[in-house]
Amino acid sequence: MIRLADVTYRYPRATVPALDGLSFEVSTGQFCAVIGANGAGKTTLCSALAGFVPQFYRGTITGSIEVAGLNVVESPLADIAGTVGLVFSNPFNQITGARFTVRDEIAFGLENMAVPVAEMEPRIEEIMRFAGLEGLADRSPFALSGGQQQRLAIASVLVMRPKVVVLDEPTSQLDPVGAKEVFSVLRSLATTAETTVFMAEQKLEWVAAFADRVLVLHQGKLVADGPPGEVLASPDLGRYGLQPTRYTQVARAAQLAGLRSADTPLPVTLEQAVEFFN
Amino acid sequence: MNLVIDDVGFTYPGGAEALRGVSLRIQGGESIAFIGENGAGKTTLMKHLNGLLKPSRGRVTVDDWDTREHTVAKLAARVGFVFQNPDDQIVERTVIDEVAFGPRRLGQSETDALANSVAALEIVGLSDESRTHPYDLSASQRKLMTLASVLAMRTPVVIFDEPTMGQDARGLKLIGDIVEELKREKRIVLIITHDIDFCSAHFERVVAMADGRVLIDGPTAEVMARADLLATTNVEPPQLVRLAQALGLPVAPLTIDGLIAALPR
Repeated sequence: MIRLADVTYRYPRATVPALDGLSFEVSTGQFCAVIGANGAGKTTLCSALAGFVPQFYRGTITGSIEVAGLNVVESPLADIAGTVGLVFSNPFNQITGARFTVRDEIAFGLENMAVPVAEMEPRIEEIMRFAGLEGLADRSPFALSGGQQQRLAIASVLVMRPKVVVLDEPTSQLDPVGAKEVFSVLRSLATTAETTVFMAEQKLEWVAAFADRVLVLHQGKLVADGPPGEVLASPDLGRYGLQPTRYTQVARAAQLAGLRSADTPLPVTLEQAVEFFN
Repeated sequence: MNLVIDDVGFTYPGGAEALRGVSLRIQGGESIAFIGENGAGKTTLMKHLNGLLKPSRGRVTVDDWDTREHTVAKLAARVGFVFQNPDDQIVERTVIDEVAFGPRRLGQSETDALANSVAALEIVGLSDESRTHPYDLSASQRKLMTLASVLAMRTPVVIFDEPTMGQDARGLKLIGDIVEELKREKRIVLIITHDIDFCSAHFERVVAMADGRVLIDGPTAEVMARADLLATTNVEPPQLVRLAQALGLPVAPLTIDGLIAALPR
């Protein structure tokens, strides 16, 4: 569903590449998380999957990027938009500013896709329930809290039912339970609707619990790629400016203190940690 | 410096009741984390402390000043506020001028304003960016810059709204160090955060809010042990506390050593 072959990209006037020799594939219905320190290239990669890099940001790109059969480096952004939904990390960048209620904001994408009104309404109602926005339909998008705006930004993209949804730190402003719910919603989208989910994220606890696969970027390069249990327990994580979950940290401390066998694999989730200590 | 919030209610124009009777006393040198679900009233409450909002009922005093009787500009000398979205507070064209904006407005001499700004930029690790345009910084750097702007004002009270948002492990450590430094200087540090692990690492008192009210207010370990109450405001206890509970340990550890010590030998 997503295929990158030797992708290197430089922003205009940049001396070092933001993406450096990236090659990987993500299959249909996979929930793939990308992690890395700030500046590692996560946002650039998300933008590249939606064609904004290089089409909007310019700069120079080599290699190829294919998403849902589209060559996103060259296909018109309007064509890509129907297939790849991009959720920005700052909802202020997503909200159109041209609509005055939450309901109309969600309808905006559907109007552009010329979805008939009769079909639009149930889809909007469904997605508002999904995103916990019931009761806010007639509020101005600008009268919402940061967390509500973030859920609105996600709903506005998901309502278009993209084959691939790309999210750049979509839970940064959500309360802990709200963040977990977004992960859980994306998990079920991937499992039941076969939507391919590609998400840049810092909340490793939920990445560990919900994603199928984790990519680690460091200075634009892909330095690790595998299931969460393997990637997030790796002793290399610190070298890439990342901190393992507390579950992994406390288990490692217990091993070092001689309280648990050094041979037991380190846990990355709460469930695994309970198993590790029992 | 003492802050007193006395039975404060606040209703936004348009009718949304954001605060429904909040009372808190905050002493000089205290550091407090405000947690709770989106829309609980945390930011609304903090905006009462620097006078951006005035209570619909009740009273807020910053030392001897009733916030209704003083302008935001005047209160800014006592209460520094770092907004959640850095782009809400950027006005200048270079990072150094942006950071010096507050100190200059507060009437610091040009020499002091610049010296405080240079020092603040060094603390947040942005010394090399002082001539950069604020919008040429990355989002996480802009956030650090707005932290520096408030540090440079040298106010006795500092409020951070979601300071760790979008920060990686290095940024988290930096912000944690800043909080610790402010605590050493005996300033009042108040943060709003969804980052429960950050809050339990650096704050001794936690106020959990829900639906415009204070749900629990107490020492961090005691508050974090109340998973049942926290759940009602969309907060989960820190990872270590949840692990201790899942293992049936009778403690709510805030540190790795704390959990290790509680493990049966």
